[in-house]
Amino acid sequence: MDKDKVQPTDENLDKQVKKGVTKLVLTVFAMFAFGFALVPLYDVFCDITGLNGKTADTAATYNADGIDTSRTIKVQFISRTAQGAAWQFKPEMNSIEVHPGEMKFVKFYAKNETGLHGVAQAVPSVSPGLAANYFQKIECFCFNQQPLQASEGAWLPLQFYVDPDLPEEFTEITLSYTLYDITASTPSSQESD
Amino acid sequence: MTTATDTIDAHDEHHDHKMTGLKRWLYTTNHKDIGTLYLWFSFIMLLTGGAMAMVIRAELFQPGLQIIEPDFFNQMTTVHGLIMVFGAIMPAFTGLANWMLPMMIGAPDMALPRLNNWSFWILPFAFGILLSSLFMEGGGPNFGWTFYAPLSTTYSNGSTAFFVFAVHIMGISSIMGAINIVVTIMNLRAPGMTYMKMPLFVWTFFITAYLLIAVMPVLAGTVTMVLTDTYFGTDFFNAAGGGDPVMFQHIFWFFGHPEVYIMILPAFGIVSTIIPAFARKKLFGYSSMVYATSSIAFLSFIVWAHHMFTTGMPLAGELFFMYCTMLIAVPTGVKVFNWVATMWKGSMTFETPMLFSLAFVILFTIGGFSGLMLAMTPVDFQYHDTYFVVAHFHYVLVTGSLFSIYAAAYYWLPKWTGHMYSEKLGRFHFWCSLISVNLLFFPMHFLGLAGMPRRIPDYALQFADFNKWVSIGGFAFGLSQLIFLVLVIKCIRGGEKAPAKPWDGAEGLEWEVDSPAPYHTFSTPPEIK
Repeated sequence: MDKDKVQPTDENLDKQVKKGVTKLVLTVFAMFAFGFALVPLYDVFCDITGLNGKTADTAATYNADGIDTSRTIKVQFISRTAQGAAWQFKPEMNSIEVHPGEMKFVKFYAKNETGLHGVAQAVPSVSPGLAANYFQKIECFCFNQQPLQASEGAWLPLQFYVDPDLPEEFTEITLSYTLYDITASTPSSQESD
Repeated sequence: MTTATDTIDAHDEHHDHKMTGLKRWLYTTNHKDIGTLYLWFSFIMLLTGGAMAMVIRAELFQPGLQIIEPDFFNQMTTVHGLIMVFGAIMPAFTGLANWMLPMMIGAPDMALPRLNNWSFWILPFAFGILLSSLFMEGGGPNFGWTFYAPLSTTYSNGSTAFFVFAVHIMGISSIMGAINIVVTIMNLRAPGMTYMKMPLFVWTFFITAYLLIAVMPVLAGTVTMVLTDTYFGTDFFNAAGGGDPVMFQHIFWFFGHPEVYIMILPAFGIVSTIIPAFARKKLFGYSSMVYATSSIAFLSFIVWAHHMFTTGMPLAGELFFMYCTMLIAVPTGVKVFNWVATMWKGSMTFETPMLFSLAFVILFTIGGFSGLMLAMTPVDFQYHDTYFVVAHFHYVLVTGSLFSIYAAAYYWLPKWTGHMYSEKLGRFHFWCSLISVNLLFFPMHFLGLAGMPRRIPDYALQFADFNKWVSIGGFAFGLSQLIFLVLVIKCIRGGEKAPAKPWDGAEGLEWEVDSPAPYHTFSTPPEIK
């Protein structure tokens, strides 16, 4: 026997059990909280690493030392409407060639075809995901919700540049927008309906 | 059950006048009674979930839609998965823990007997809620047991709240059971039983309980997020509102992967108990088994994204999760080789518990190898969401976990009932199960490799022949389980009287008490040398 374990008295045992239970219950609550903490942690992690192709949701300022004309990046635009969104949504061109550091202005056309006043929200995603942190948007319609009257169409602006620090291996970047009809969850639109 | 009470139990005197009938089972705080309740409950759930599998296999018997609507098919796959994971496998292990742990460590009962009663009795309500939703307008949950958002949020039917609350209750029950197991093992071991002298069965349940305490709350958090997304307008997983559906998968599998080991580590403990008994040798490499179990438990926390290789992860992430997943094969290999080394030059006999344990070692290894194939990222892109995955996890969960539970049931039935079970019927059950289970799951590998997707009620014509055989295997396997029911009922009602230790190679404190085990055991702790 390498260790003599003295059988604890009843009172002692109760204390030990209580202590053990308290610790474990605290762990349970901590892990429940951790589950929710994963939500902001995930965002922070993706922000830093750009792993999931998410771009910043606020406007960037131009912050590049000139244009790198030795490289050309092909930026492709993809637009789609989410299931159930009866909107028209398309870019004015399918792709554009840019030099890193060069500012570009592209418009997207959106039209509300529901026959009712509606609000839409475009959500961007960049592929390959690791290029997302180098895709800088000075102005984007995706920063705001887009209210449109029935059958109203509008040209939505996007102004961007590609950071010259973009690693060499990236020659093409795809920017994809998904347009969601968020009329139901927007309180202001329900009043005007 | 037995009525023998030998000495007064200082911890719960109220048991000295035992209640009868229904009240006995409702109010019981006795670990053996609660273990019995858990085991019967899990067997009923096995038959319920099995009946759903029969519906699935009947629909898939031939191509085209014959028997049920696609939406009901989806409800069947979803509820089958939930019932088998949370209703059959997990409660069966908790039941075994309740029955055997106190006896194995020389304790009079679990440390928290009242909590024990509660953690069992909320389970029928959880599954009542879940099953009742199948009969409601709009039907039950139909998004797969993994309840991926947005299937479970934006596109769910009205039953999501029932699903969420059912999972909450199941989670609370598992957490309470796990807390009980941990404090029992930490505080109630007989004097002299150090951690490294505990039976391996106790070790695996100890580690499993910690896994449960760590990840079940995360599952509770996930279903809560699904609940608020669906009904209260939050946007955790809704891209339109700034959420991310891929994040659902990360949070779910952070729970889901350790959950896989929650369902297999106790099986390792069972097999490590039974193989030495019938090989009549000591378990080879006891301490390496303990360390292997702990390392598997640790690794289970850092491999979750191997379920999500096709979500568009960057290469670095795919490599990390691929290598970590493959690393799990090392401690698992240690275990398999230890079992084989235990049998090496042993004087083996092949009673039913040993047959199920041997089948476990071989078939679980097949499941482990297909898992290793799935761990390879480029290969996984082909296998993802095909029947190959279905074959893989049924090999580890049915011929792995379920077979180990059968092995345990046969091994300890004489201790529980006081009678020997019918060895003839037991072998009949084993061979029927073994042949049908392989007919059921082995062709699924080929179906998956040929590209048949999972969770579909209809399929392309070229898969027809294999599916017919799979369905026949399924029906045969389902029917074979009724043999076990007959065997257990016969064993409870009578049979050859079992000695205190019916297996001559068996070791452990549970064999030092009579068969059937008296209602109260080890009121004075035994001395461990």
